[in-house]
Amino acid sequence: MSYIVEMLHITKDFPGIRANDDITLQIEERSIHALLGENGAGKSTLMSILFGLYQPDSGSIRIRGTEVKISDPNVATSLGIGMVHQHFKLVHNFTVTENIILGMEPRKGPVIDIRTAEQKVEEISRLYGLAVDPRAKIEDISVSMQQRVEILKMLYRDAEILIFDEPTAVLTPQEIHELMQIMKRLVEEGKTILLITHKLKEIKEVADICTVLRRGKLVSTVPVADTDEERMAEMMVGRQVSFHVEKGPAKPGDELLRIEQLDVKNLKGLLGVKNLSLTVRAGEVLGLCGIDGNGQTELVQAITGLVKIESGKIFLKDKDITDLSIKERTDLGLGHIPEDRQKHGLVLDFTLGENFIIHNYYEKPFANHGILKKKAVFENAERLIQEFDVRSGQGAMTPARAMSGGNQQKAIVAREIDRSPDVFIVVQPTRGLDVGAIEYIHKRIIEERDKSKAILLVSLELDEIMDVSDRIAVIYSGEIAGIVDAAATNENELGLMMSGALRKTRGASHLAHEAAHA
Amino acid sequence: MTARKEKIVLPLIAVLLGFVLGSLIVVLTGRSPLSMYAAIVKGFSGIDILNGQPINTRYIGEFIIQAMPIILTGLSFAFASRTGLFSIGAEGQLMIGSISATTVALLLQAPRAVHLPLVLLAGVLGGALWGAIPGFLKARYNVHEVVVTIMMNYIALHFNNFVILHIFGSVDRVKTAPFPTSALLKSPFLESITRYSRLNWGFIPVIIALVLFSFIINKTTFGYSLRAVGYNKEAARYAGMKVSRNIVASMAIAGAFAGLAGAVITVGTFNFGRVIQAAEGYGFDGIAVALVGGNEAMGILLAGMLFGGLKAAQPLMQSQGIPREIAGIIQASIVLFVAMKFGIKMVLDKFERKQVPTTEGDRV
Repeated sequence: MSYIVEMLHITKDFPGIRANDDITLQIEERSIHALLGENGAGKSTLMSILFGLYQPDSGSIRIRGTEVKISDPNVATSLGIGMVHQHFKLVHNFTVTENIILGMEPRKGPVIDIRTAEQKVEEISRLYGLAVDPRAKIEDISVSMQQRVEILKMLYRDAEILIFDEPTAVLTPQEIHELMQIMKRLVEEGKTILLITHKLKEIKEVADICTVLRRGKLVSTVPVADTDEERMAEMMVGRQVSFHVEKGPAKPGDELLRIEQLDVKNLKGLLGVKNLSLTVRAGEVLGLCGIDGNGQTELVQAITGLVKIESGKIFLKDKDITDLSIKERTDLGLGHIPEDRQKHGLVLDFTLGENFIIHNYYEKPFANHGILKKKAVFENAERLIQEFDVRSGQGAMTPARAMSGGNQQKAIVAREIDRSPDVFIVVQPTRGLDVGAIEYIHKRIIEERDKSKAILLVSLELDEIMDVSDRIAVIYSGEIAGIVDAAATNENELGLMMSGALRKTRGASHLAHEAAHA
Repeated sequence: MTARKEKIVLPLIAVLLGFVLGSLIVVLTGRSPLSMYAAIVKGFSGIDILNGQPINTRYIGEFIIQAMPIILTGLSFAFASRTGLFSIGAEGQLMIGSISATTVALLLQAPRAVHLPLVLLAGVLGGALWGAIPGFLKARYNVHEVVVTIMMNYIALHFNNFVILHIFGSVDRVKTAPFPTSALLKSPFLESITRYSRLNWGFIPVIIALVLFSFIINKTTFGYSLRAVGYNKEAARYAGMKVSRNIVASMAIAGAFAGLAGAVITVGTFNFGRVIQAAEGYGFDGIAVALVGGNEAMGILLAGMLFGGLKAAQPLMQSQGIPREIAGIIQASIVLFVAMKFGIKMVLDKFERKQVPTTEGDRV
């Protein structure tokens, strides 16, 4: 089989970091080639070079055997290379079709021939099984639909080589499955796919060949059929990785967080959380699982003080915090790792050092009489970077924006754990992270538990909930559909509760357990 | 290019291109750009190249007078901008600063050591109050500050004129009675060393304002929280910062800088309260100064002096037979080129890459 893409001895430097070091990548036509690596291993850089966003410092690229110089994305497009970025590049108040044709609008005289365009979009979407409404506005459609629009954009431009940058990071399990089917279909129709990911399951499911990068260097290229998840993880991280969280039994103590009959309105003005009661005790992880949009966000925002509640009470260490400000709650010992790290967790234009002090910038040692102490800020940052293995090009002075997603998340985890809150609200802590980082963050959460902190873990990933939690509460339509012991439940039972088909109170838990075995 | 180098090189290139464009237009009108540059050099230094006369310090004094208020309105725009707000209100805040200073200057009788600081303080507080109003409306009701500040500029204009004409009274319907000398920034000493220019002690509050700006933004916890809100309001809120309070405070401080500008003009350049016919453009000049100065104190100082000098050179250009509007065109095109900094950067990057080709790149 011939190679459609060859990237030979590619090297690329950024200030303070060698992102790609003599990497050679050869892609067979009509295959799904996975590019695996930790956050910051250089996958995205390599693909950005192929797409013409960066120029390599040395090395060459061949497309179908011909050496090319890809000086910008337009050249890449004309070579038949298309890319779906991790963060979509769509105009939100344009329709699907308008977004797809943007930059190469078909014309009828001086006006855009939207009718023809819509027909063509419909044709392509039918051919590849990408159902979307060509007339819908982007802001009205779901994330997975938006991703399809990005794929259609490439296909509309007759791309033959499709680069997917972490395409599943934003999708639900069901949507991931659909995307895999679409990818297989694309290959059947003659396309070649380059899949950037750190999710081993997905590689095993769809990819033919897998190339592993670690810290900017090529580790190995292997046929997926000849390897397994453990071995790929080992290549990626450079050591053996455990997929399961090692933890002893929980030693639950006092109730540190108590929620009583809470009602919270959502953005639509309806009750997103209804009459919800929940307790989290010292020394335990309570996992809250549910399908996205069942009131998790509203609950978390109510606990942390970001939204006003309709009725009910929230107690932190037996103190009524219902009417306290965000700041007062934080000072009382509430910690929060927010769901959206870029929007809520970090100030991207601040340096890492500045981000670390966002809660206590006005306190000693970071400030004295209202004047910031740069040295203390710097030392604090260096300490956290060391302790939590946050990788950044310029240490404390790295702009948060310049860091990879995984390291941004590690920075938030470092900041929050370092404050050592008694009650810790952890939302989607490992979304988009690689196995090494996931293992690490889970370990730190368990360590906090073992220091008798109360942890509320909110996650859409069932594996994570089942691995880390001691008890699991399932939220459905704003209500607790049941609370079960993590050791005594299974995916099936949780799935039923998440979809509203099963309700259980704590007392009835052993009964249901027996029923499941019968 | 490093970010720091970029911050210095790009505005310099923009300034250069602005002058190139200005020269081209002069050539197109059939005049010599040399006489334009002679006028500009004279505007800055008083040196008359064409007639070979030495430095005339009067011109230096006059160009500093032009630079002072637009440095302050530049600081005003930059302060709001650094905290994520787009304030067009410097013009109005300046007028309120001016009328506040006028009030204290006319109504208070005190020795200069007390009177003058109080006059300046009144300008600062008046501007701050005028700035706080759009800040409050933004924080409380989410009314966009651009709309409110523009409207409040008109209110300020007419309020100023109303107070001068109907409260203090004006014989000639143009100005109030002269202020007592205890309220003035004027200095016979400075006038004498600059051949009787209008130069006055106003540059001292301007320098203090520049230092304070840099200090508040970069060194204080207050500045830290303002910048956090400016960059990412949501993250600041999640961290428990009082976002609304910060918006009001930021707009008030921005207003204070502009208010000070009003006071400096009123008791420095003039010695009476003035009826203002229409906006005098200090606000918009301030926006230009802040843009070219990259919202940094040092940059604003340099940009303010550049634009102040260009203003001072206008009448000189006219006397050389070059339309005074050329100075405006140069100023406008500098701003335009600063706004095009990404384009300039792209050209520079290409240029740099060509100079240091990689060995592999050569083969392609």
